[in-house]
Formats: sequence, C-alpha cells, structure tokens
Amino acid sequence: MDAHEGAVAHGARVVSSTIKSVPEVIPQPHFPEAVGYAFLGAYALLILATLITFVMSRVRPQRNYDELRLRIKTWWIIVTLVTLALGFNTYFSIICVAFVSFLAFKEYLSMIPTRRADHRVLFWAYMAIPAQYVLVGVHWYGVFIIFIPVYWFLLMPMRMVLIGETKGFLRAVGTLQFGLMTCVFSLSHAAYLLVLPPEGNPNGGGVALLFYLVFLTQLNDVSQYVWGKMFGRHKVTPTVSPNKTIEGLLGGVATTTFLAFVLAPWLTPLNHLQALAIGLLIGFGGFIGDVTISAIKRDMGIKDTGSFLPGHGGILDRLDSLTFTAPMFFHVVYFLYY
Amino acid sequence: MKFFRPLCRWLFVTFVAYPICLVVLGMNVRHRVRLPLKGPAIVTPNHNSHLDTLAMLTLFPLSVIPKVRPVAAADYFMKTGLMGWFSLNFVGIIPIVRKRENPDDDPLAPCYEALERGEILIIFPEGTRGEPERMQQLKSGVAVLASKYPEVPVVPIFMHGLGKSMPKGAFVPVPFFVDVYIGQALTWGEDSQGGDKKVFMVAIESTLRVLSEKHERPEYE
Repeated sequence: MDAHEGAVAHGARVVSSTIKSVPEVIPQPHFPEAVGYAFLGAYALLILATLITFVMSRVRPQRNYDELRLRIKTWWIIVTLVTLALGFNTYFSIICVAFVSFLAFKEYLSMIPTRRADHRVLFWAYMAIPAQYVLVGVHWYGVFIIFIPVYWFLLMPMRMVLIGETKGFLRAVGTLQFGLMTCVFSLSHAAYLLVLPPEGNPNGGGVALLFYLVFLTQLNDVSQYVWGKMFGRHKVTPTVSPNKTIEGLLGGVATTTFLAFVLAPWLTPLNHLQALAIGLLIGFGGFIGDVTISAIKRDMGIKDTGSFLPGHGGILDRLDSLTFTAPMFFHVVYFLYY
Repeated sequence: MKFFRPLCRWLFVTFVAYPICLVVLGMNVRHRVRLPLKGPAIVTPNHNSHLDTLAMLTLFPLSVIPKVRPVAAADYFMKTGLMGWFSLNFVGIIPIVRKRENPDDDPLAPCYEALERGEILIIFPEGTRGEPERMQQLKSGVAVLASKYPEVPVVPIFMHGLGKSMPKGAFVPVPFFVDVYIGQALTWGEDSQGGDKKVFMVAIESTLRVLSEKHERPEYE
C-alpha cells in the first residue's frame, strides 16, 4: 500500500498495475512514465518510416531504396541502444554517453592529421574523457564546466612542449583541443542533464530533458533532409555542403519548433514561449553543428567521418548537430530552471 | 592436453584481442568475404605494430582460431622462456629461426608442416614493423612457400591505423579506428608467370599498394 501511494505521489499519471513491484523508496524514477511514452512515440515513428519505405519500394520499384532501408535499419539499432542506455540507472546512462564521446573522439582523431611525436599527448587527451564524466557522475558543476576548456587546454600544450617537436605544433594543439571541446566537453552536457536536481523538471527530470534534446536534434536532421529532398532549390551553404538548401533548413526548423512546442509540456518545465525559442535554437544550432563537421570533412577531403553506422557514415556524422545543440540547450535550461 | 592450446588461444582472442581491437580500437573491415576461412592458406598483411597480430586474429571466427598461426621470429619471441611459452600457447605462433646454423636447415620447415596440417598462416612479408605506416621492401619467404604449394591461396591484406595506435617503441596503445582491406587471393600457379619468385612478390606488393591507395588517410609523421 505504501509503495503504491509513494510512487503515485512522485510520478504523475502512473498506471497502478505497473507499480506493484516497485520498491518502496524511489526519490525520482530514473525512467519516468513520460519518457516511456516518448520512446513509444520514437518507435512509432520508426515503424512509420519502415512502412513508408516498404510501400515506396513497391510503388516505385525502379528506384533504389537500399541506402534508405540501411539507414532506417541503423536507426532501429540506435533507438534500441539508446533505450537500453537510459533504461537502467543514471550511472549506467552516464557511462554510455561517455562511451559515445570516446567513439566520437576516436573517430575525430582517426580522420585528422596527427603527429607520431604526440603519441603520449593523445593518450592524455583520451584521459580527459573518464575524468569529465566522473565530474558529471559526482555532479561537481564548478569543475565540470572548466575542466576541458581550462585545465586540459593548458595541460595539452604543456605535455607537447615537453616532448619538444615544434613542427606542426600549433595545428596539433589546436586540432586536439577542438576535438576535446566538441566530442567530449559539448557532448558531456547531454549527460549532465541526467544529474540536474529532479525538482527542476517535474515532468520527468533530467532523463526527459535528455530525450527532448536528442530526439529534437535528430529529428531536426531528418526533417531538414526530407524537406530539402522534397522542396529544396536554393543552396544555403554552397561551398561547405552543397546538398543543404534554404527550403530544407526552414522546413526542418519549422518542424522542430512545432515539435518542441508540442512536446515541451510533457517532457520539460518550459512554457510556450520558451519552448518555441528552444525549438528555434535546436533547429538552427543543429544545422550549424552539421555544417561545421561538413566543413571539417571537406577540409580533410573525405565524404564520411567513418563507417561506424551503416547508411549514415561515421558516428560523428550522426552526432555533429548534437555537439552544438547539447551545450546550447543545457545552458538555456540551466539558466532558466536550475 | 589436446585441448590446452585451443583453449588458451580462445581465451587470448576473447579476452585480449577482442577488447583491444574491437572496443579500444574498432575495426572497419572491407571485403571480408575474401578472407580464407579454411586452410591451407596464407594471409600476408603489412606490418606496423605488435597489434597487427591481434587485429588479424579478430578477423577469423573463433571456431577457426586454433588453425590460424602467426609466423614469427624465434630470436625475438622465443628469447625468454615465459614469453616463448605465452607466444606458442596463447598467440599460437610458429617460431622461425631466421639465422640458420646449418646451411642445410630450411628455416621455413615448420611452415610446410603447418600447411600440410591445413592451417592458415599469417606471414608479415615486410619481416619487421619498421617505420609506422610506411611500407617496406617485402621479403621473399612467402614466394618460397607458395612455390612449394602452388595451390595454396595467398591473400594480401592492407591495414591502416595500428601503427598510429602503437608504433614500434610505444607500450600503451592509443585508440584509433583501424581500416582493414582484404585483397583478392593470389596463387603461385596464376600469379608467378611460370615460377618466378620476384614476379610473385611484386604481385603481392602491387595488391597491397592498390588496396592502400583506395584508402583516404590523414597525414601522419
């Protein structure tokens, strides 16, 4: 009986049959009901996408849908893995985000020029990843926010100077710091949402904010692509990413803003005006993150950042927008509600 | 005792090679179907790092692992008793004595026996790791083996990234994605132009070069 009442008091709209086995004291359910429904929504979208592809390939068999099918198949795997990553407890979720950071940083270092002399420097650069996510785990915000931009920023050139190779020094130290900032510092903001005090967001806590951020960012990518495919005419960044169009950008941002507005009352503490602003922020911010990684790829003369995700390219091809939206979203929400 | 060595090798591959190559590094393998899964066969990867052997072992399914034998220099790996014991039982090397004491000895004799048993040999034709990510002159041992066994397929494999992860002289691997390109099989009968060892080695070398040129790689100095 106590268990029943306790759970109802914390998570609104709990179906009583689902909480019978829930232990007595749960200060804040890690995987709140709202997020459960949100995930069901994501799976519904995947089923819809799978069905549409199936119908299209029947209606127009002359066109090749293999690439699209592969992409959707990879989406299924990604969404399943994200469900598992968020489904257990906060620490497990943080470790999973840390591992994603590791994969992204590894992919970044594998695609940029590096110097043999920096072998040990790179080892220390990698060590920033566990350190940064431990800071998330112990929610030590003061150090979390300066660890990579200040301490590691100073440590990396120091270690490099001790090795003494000056040829290509500035490029090496600059590219390394850019990689740490985007792949580790930026992405760790997504994990920090999980340890924010639960009372800041009565609608599902940090995990709901994380879902909101990641879902909107990824959906923004997809809808910009779809709008661009359907109505795209005017190139928006002709020298960086010639496939991106104004129509795609605006259609995507509008879709994202609409969804941000609709989902906000279920998953976030944001009011209507704030939700609209966040939608625009994620829409445009995601676009800038996307084209920034595109610019790097163009600079390196490569098409994809890797081949980790079949149909998508590398893991950075999928996370590019998030490297911009995660810190932007985090700081707005942190400023407003924490 | 019959199961001791296969067990050691499975343990080694599962608990050392897989975590290092598949989690810490991460491998992109192109043309996996070209990999020979039945012996006798020879694979000839380029050589940049101690990790090369581990990476090669992860390519094969566990059921085949006991039959996959890296060919290695006895004077390096058999130097001490413990390292020799480990190399033989866990890594499964075939030790080759590079300096022959008796002019009649054939240093490749253990390789013949292995091919007779239907095993898959991993031979690094560059002989040594050398400068990381730079290909060296190939040694002709593979051609000698192929000429004795003209039917055995020789599969060149180009790997990139392992030399960056752990170059000669480094002891801690630094994670980098590894690219593995498996080439089409060569045979002595078809690719030596009637039995010329030099021609056969050039065929291996050019296969490796073609595979390496397919690969866009960032600068590394």
